[in-house]
Amino acid sequence: MLSIQYFASIREALDRNEEELELPRDVKSVQALIDYLVKANPNFEAVLKGGSKVLVAVNQTVVDRNHLLAQNDEVAFFPPMTGG
Amino acid sequence: MISIQKQDFSLGDEYAAIRARAGDAGAIITFTGLVREMYGADSTAGAVQSLTLEHYPGMTEKCLQDIQQQAEDRWPLLASRIIHRVGELYSHEQIVFVATASPHRQAAFESAEFIMDYLKSKAPFWKKQKSENESSWVESRDTDKAALDRWQKT
Repeated sequence: MLSIQYFASIREALDRNEEELELPRDVKSVQALIDYLVKANPNFEAVLKGGSKVLVAVNQTVVDRNHLLAQNDEVAFFPPMTGG
Repeated sequence: MISIQKQDFSLGDEYAAIRARAGDAGAIITFTGLVREMYGADSTAGAVQSLTLEHYPGMTEKCLQDIQQQAEDRWPLLASRIIHRVGELYSHEQIVFVATASPHRQAAFESAEFIMDYLKSKAPFWKKQKSENESSWVESRDTDKAALDRWQKT
């Protein structure tokens, strides 16, 4: 199972903390996963297609949209960091 | 050594601890970040009453360990310490602590600044500010990214 976590403003905007899903066979990349999630939840579009305002981490490392996914990956969506 | 914690920290205790670990250090730099009342430039929202810090358990710890390692690879550090608080913090509370110990001051100053610049825009923490009239997520600032970029090796 692929696990997905949402943080901060993205978590609030989607009203979702986390979910698990079986990675569909035709979903190979981070971009394809975003497209898949938006198709399943049209209200996600404005949030997840926010370009540079949305960062994606796979297995706790920030990656770009072309990054290839594997079953059991840990995916996270979050806005640019504001720590310190 | 890194910590992500809700509870406050004591500058005196932390200084004594890193001093004890630092062997023959000639310089120890300590930096403490505080929650300000005037967070954003948006004065209509009123003074900030509190910040709530969210993090990504697991990834945040990894990122702090990674930045500490980068600092130790780059400067001759004898010891270093990072504490970042999470949860709800009120104005004037301590939020972050960085300490570095080195034989000479330049390495201690530079590495402490490097660690802070990294924390600001590369470690997964997010601030939500609450004022009298509203609460909103703090937007990342280009100046923080620029501060980080100057450490890129050419």
